[in-house]
Amino acid sequence: MSTTAENKAGFGSVLWDYLTTVDHKKIAILYLIGGLFFFILGGLQAMLIRIQLIAPDNEFISAQFYNEVLTMHGTTMIFLAAMPLIFALMNAVLPLQIGARDVAFPFINSLGFWLFFFGGIFLNVSWFAGGAPDVGWTAYAPLSLFSESHGVDYYAIGLQIAGFGTLMGGINFIVTVVNMRAPGMTYMRMPLFTWTSFIASVLILFAFPALTVGLFLLTFDRLFGGNFFDPEMGGNVIIWEHLFWIFGHPEVYILILPAFGVFSEIIPTFSKKRLFGYSSMVFATILIAFLGFMVWAHHMFTVGLGPIANSIFAVATMAIAVPTGIKIFNWLFTMWGGNIRLTSPMVIALGFVPTFTIGGMTGVMLASAAADFQYHDTYFVVAHFHYVIVGGTVLGIFAGIIYWWPKMFGTMLNEKLNHWFFWLFFIGFHLTFFFQHFLGLMGMPRRYWKFLPDQGLDLFNLISTIGAFGMAIGTIIFLVNVVMTQMKGEKVSGDPWDARTLEWAIPSPPPFYNFKQEPLVRGLDALWVEKMQGNGKIQPAEPLGDIHMPNRTFVPFVISLGLFIAGFGVMYQGAMWILAGIGFATTFGAMLYRSLKDDIGYHVHKEELEEEGDGSNG
Amino acid sequence: MAEDVLKSGNLPENPERATLEGRNKFMGFWFFLGGEVVLFASLFGTYLALRNSTVDGPTGQEIFGLGLVFLMTVILLTSSLTSVYAMYHMKNNDFKKMQLWLGITVLLGFAFLGLEIYEFVHYVNDYGFGFSTSAFSTAFYTLVGFHGAHVAFGLLWIISLMIRNRKRGLNLYNAPKFYIASLYWHFIDVVWVFIFTVVYLMGKVG
Ligand code: HEM
Ligand SMILES: [Cu+2]
Repeated sequence: MSTTAENKAGFGSVLWDYLTTVDHKKIAILYLIGGLFFFILGGLQAMLIRIQLIAPDNEFISAQFYNEVLTMHGTTMIFLAAMPLIFALMNAVLPLQIGARDVAFPFINSLGFWLFFFGGIFLNVSWFAGGAPDVGWTAYAPLSLFSESHGVDYYAIGLQIAGFGTLMGGINFIVTVVNMRAPGMTYMRMPLFTWTSFIASVLILFAFPALTVGLFLLTFDRLFGGNFFDPEMGGNVIIWEHLFWIFGHPEVYILILPAFGVFSEIIPTFSKKRLFGYSSMVFATILIAFLGFMVWAHHMFTVGLGPIANSIFAVATMAIAVPTGIKIFNWLFTMWGGNIRLTSPMVIALGFVPTFTIGGMTGVMLASAAADFQYHDTYFVVAHFHYVIVGGTVLGIFAGIIYWWPKMFGTMLNEKLNHWFFWLFFIGFHLTFFFQHFLGLMGMPRRYWKFLPDQGLDLFNLISTIGAFGMAIGTIIFLVNVVMTQMKGEKVSGDPWDARTLEWAIPSPPPFYNFKQEPLVRGLDALWVEKMQGNGKIQPAEPLGDIHMPNRTFVPFVISLGLFIAGFGVMYQGAMWILAGIGFATTFGAMLYRSLKDDIGYHVHKEELEEEGDGSNG
Repeated sequence: MAEDVLKSGNLPENPERATLEGRNKFMGFWFFLGGEVVLFASLFGTYLALRNSTVDGPTGQEIFGLGLVFLMTVILLTSSLTSVYAMYHMKNNDFKKMQLWLGITVLLGFAFLGLEIYEFVHYVNDYGFGFSTSAFSTAFYTLVGFHGAHVAFGLLWIISLMIRNRKRGLNLYNAPKFYIASLYWHFIDVVWVFIFTVVYLMGKVG
């Protein structure tokens, strides 16, 4: 119903629809578009970096510009590409997997997106306002205090705005999982993607406030005469590192756990077997999250915390490899003896397992504190985290997008092009980063603008740049595939992969209320249970009745826009304080409006639902 | 059916958790407070690291006056108690009394905030202890100021709820709103107890 109405609607009304939507499925699409946009932007920056490093003593871009590009690449990829793409998948899939009609806080969900969006734009305005941040994505003090342009201020305020959005998204998903599960959907029947997203949300809740504080301190020091990081005034630069990594290490698990979840859905589906060791997977996820909070100082081994602290953090870090290993084996045992179909999501999963394992291995190498004095701040670290983040998170995101594309859009990406994308991206990836291990071991420091000739670094750098082009071409093929698929618009059924979980029991794309009747969940892999033991359809848990839905709203957009405007005032001060006044007044005015205006939603009536006929839970 | 939540009177025992929306709000807010705990923990950690970094500026021992701070503590803790009364009356469906006790809570909150502003002004004017004086002063004003900003926000929040609902009484739609505002208020009080201990007592004695 809603889709046919939209096909006819003009551009203006579609735009308004998306600006005001509170439907998690549409917010997922917004996150997907926003995340892919920044992924492309970050990718272009990566290409600039690699072209600069294609040969020794290269003069392709200036040193200053290199620093800006390098900083923005890391910041963009982590905060503006990987995070929102994960939120895209969570929004698209999680409520469906637990049989919910919506998330717990549709309004907050939309607010989370708009905060991310305006935070990302704010950060990128810096390019046109005197220079982007140039101190690395970790913005260590005191370097971040010495940077003269406003770039670091854009970093601090932009990430602050985007970070609020992430925090809200996290709370929203926690409450959604706790309160909104359908009858019979016990915790130990939740699909693993829901589990890992749930745990990642808990990590967001407890990790992001540390970043919030760190960014406030940085802002106070740079803009308001604070002394947190100024040793002459008694300040202490290490405080920033602690706060940053207390956030930063959990952040890497926020990035990887949902990807683990994606593969834990794909592998059983295409092996036609239930996930091996489901409960140990859940347990390992929780354990990783728990340990993830106690290892942050492994990023600070060379700071001089002393041998005792270093040893404790080294051992704690290595311990994380245990639950991670459990997961690897469970995936392998799921495939073992399975009836494997080599669809593109499955092939990506097969590429992920060994790649991520290598990343984990180098992680354990880095975790031995004594050896890390050698590895630290070299290309070895760069290779490590790209193996886990690209080989894990990014592959997970792409596999997830391809796997759930039919559910999100009702169409199917071209499988042939999917395979082309994967192989180009995958081979390109290993060419780019495998040799960086050796560059690091040979002593090439990370973040340097140039390397010198005749040090044996030329060849590996050249290979690395060639590989990066492979990844770029792969990504372009993916984007072409997206455009072609949507132009053709061939519709597929609700369950094109012959899958196992609840989201595949409803049409693709689902009606705006998701489930006409609340589904009754009778086991793990709810749909598969019905396929094996029932008639292949999910049984309803309630008679057909009115459905309560939230109203659309423009307020989240306004709240976020206000902060965006206020950011400029806080940064430029002087006569620009007026902007801060306008911005904060807009934000608080909109919040007040939200708080005071009743918004109780509306009902879809039983009669309308009956008219639409069957095809809901079937 | 949807309009029912706006009817006042005849509310169930725990009106703040009687609807799914209410339960979601209730739980979401608890998690939000969990995040706030990390926020303040980070600020406390920073403060502890810098509390002796006074450089040439005054130390805490020189400027803190326990009498004033003790008075502030008593006021804020009392306001926590009065907000408990307000919630008690909410559960008994007595809107007028709830408003009354919330009003008292707000007055106490303003008294606290006024004293805090007086305290800051006093430090700046009489001791030359400004935000930029030393790392200690920056950390002090940031930690205590964050708390003060939370108090101010809480006051605005409770006042706007009281004004918005003054005519229509309690219902299933606004009961959760009142309830989480009071939760927030308790949280602010708890944070203050830690500030009182870590900043003022330890600053004066330790
Ligand atoms: C077995 C698991 C892992 C271990 C033992 C491990 C260990 C480490 C260590 C010790 C470092 C610091 C190296 C240095 O700076 O000298 C590091 C850096 C890093 N790791 Fe891991 N890691 C693991 C998994 C992951 C995962 C799953 C991710 C992300 C998905 C990740 C992302 C990163 C990033 C981004 C950095 C570099 C941060 C920077 O300096 O910019 N790691 N890892
Ligand atoms: Cu780490």
